[in-house]
Amino acid sequence: MSGARLEIEALGKRFRGLRAVHDVSFAVPAGAIHALIGPNGAGKTTIFNMIAGVFPPDAGAVRLDGRPISGLRPDLVCAAGVGRTFQIVKPFKGLSVLENVTVGALHRHADLETARERAGAILDALELGDRRHQLAEALTLPDRKRLEVARALATEPTLLLLDEVMAGLRPTEVDRMVTFLRDLNARTGITVLLIEHVMRAVMALAAHVVVVSSGEKIAEGTPAEIARHQAVLDVYLGDAAGDAA
Amino acid sequence: MSIVRLLIGGATPRALALLAALLAFLVAAPAFLGPYALSVAILILYFAFVGQAWNIMMGFAGQLSLGHALYAGLGGYIAAGLFFHYGIGPWVGAFVAVAVAVLAGCIVGYLGFRFSLAGVYFALLTIAFSEFTRIAFDHWTWAGGSGGLFLKVQGGVTDILNLRGGATLFYYAILILAVGAFVLCRLLLESRLGRYWLAIREDAEAAQAVGVPVFRCKMIAIAISAALTALAGVWNAFYYNNLFPETAFAMGRSIEITLAPIIGGLGTLFGPIVGAVVLTGMGELFTDLTEHLKISGLKQIFYGLALLVIVIWRPAGVWPWLAKRLGVEERGR
Repeated sequence: MSGARLEIEALGKRFRGLRAVHDVSFAVPAGAIHALIGPNGAGKTTIFNMIAGVFPPDAGAVRLDGRPISGLRPDLVCAAGVGRTFQIVKPFKGLSVLENVTVGALHRHADLETARERAGAILDALELGDRRHQLAEALTLPDRKRLEVARALATEPTLLLLDEVMAGLRPTEVDRMVTFLRDLNARTGITVLLIEHVMRAVMALAAHVVVVSSGEKIAEGTPAEIARHQAVLDVYLGDAAGDAA
Repeated sequence: MSIVRLLIGGATPRALALLAALLAFLVAAPAFLGPYALSVAILILYFAFVGQAWNIMMGFAGQLSLGHALYAGLGGYIAAGLFFHYGIGPWVGAFVAVAVAVLAGCIVGYLGFRFSLAGVYFALLTIAFSEFTRIAFDHWTWAGGSGGLFLKVQGGVTDILNLRGGATLFYYAILILAVGAFVLCRLLLESRLGRYWLAIREDAEAAQAVGVPVFRCKMIAIAISAALTALAGVWNAFYYNNLFPETAFAMGRSIEITLAPIIGGLGTLFGPIVGAVVLTGMGELFTDLTEHLKISGLKQIFYGLALLVIVIWRPAGVWPWLAKRLGVEERGR
């Protein structure tokens, strides 16, 4: 497993006249971990959904290792190497934790036994191994977040899209997830793009941060640069903060 | 992995022993059952079989069809019509019947799944197709129109090639179908396709995100389900020797197909079988009781109340509860 390069070019999307995303471009080099941040309603999840094929963009293109993937169905985007989690977790509630992840593993391994073994190994790595026979609906929210990551990883992606997997986790759990993702990235070279509000995680993981607000990219740079960036301070703290500063 | 391992993998020796005993009982049953008991057994196997077929769509893939009479009716009419008009036996006719039913299923499926009709809206579509097929058959003279289609009954003749004969012949025919459907469902469930169905049932969007080709999987589900249901229709037509659009495509026919798996346990392999035993047993019991008490309509009231009690008492079906009692729970789905 290795990472793929993601390129987003002049992406645009309107919902009934509402401009959700406008002219957003950025790239994530192969093997890098980047973060996509911005206030609620900025269009982050819409960008994710266009990458993952939930709906096609109205304008622009998404490329994975140079290959255009925008407009493909979600299952074909997955086949192309994109794994994603959902902000509002979507476990297969009536299936066991192991079977949830097995469904993902079946994507690359048609044999059920092999897929189960792969799924078991991923669950162990995410510290869900001892819950494998529980129904997914019985999991707590932090465990459901981990299950989302496990199921996405089971499809053996080259690009992992994480939509707020730290939200609702306690600080120690955030640290464990950060450690897991950093190890995973170091070990496999997988490319990661994460939407995150938990700045502790963004600062610890991302080499590069893209900031969107009202559907447009307003800044990008290293976490340190972003923390000092005037436009970012404005959207997060309001213009008053900028005036005062 | 061998077929045998696929079939019995994960089952405890106790479960296998019980299953073998059940199968032996079913194979030997005609030797010691009287005509009445045999007719009840036939009814149970019929509902177990169509229930298994419907369960593939609802229990596995999560797609609610309330129009399965469409496939049973089409299957029955086509095989019976070919036999009636051209003397083509049901073994050949069944292939045509299955092909037509699969085509019908694919049309319903395409419209429903391509345009993302979900839940009750998809169910309405299935009802609509069943209803207008009923009206079409009312006016189709080849199929006998509203006056019905009748097959000649020849007493005392056993002709396996043309599926003509007594209750024992039909008992074994439906037993083979029921066992075949059970084995097929088990193999499907233990395959990638089966797991994909369960994932779609639980959350289609999440399933597609992990690479499940949702539309294709749903289409395969409705095709297999329609094919099996058409076979039940063929069997039904030759067993009862008559077909009327008013009953073959009736809403009630569609509903009764759904009852055994719902009562027995949606998405389970033994649910349709257990449900068929409970429902048919109850039906016969209440028929006897009604005759004894000489109050007409009592059967339906009892039947409805009993269903109500079961659904409230065991919302997940009778089988999961029974399996626990027998110590043979179906493994984690």
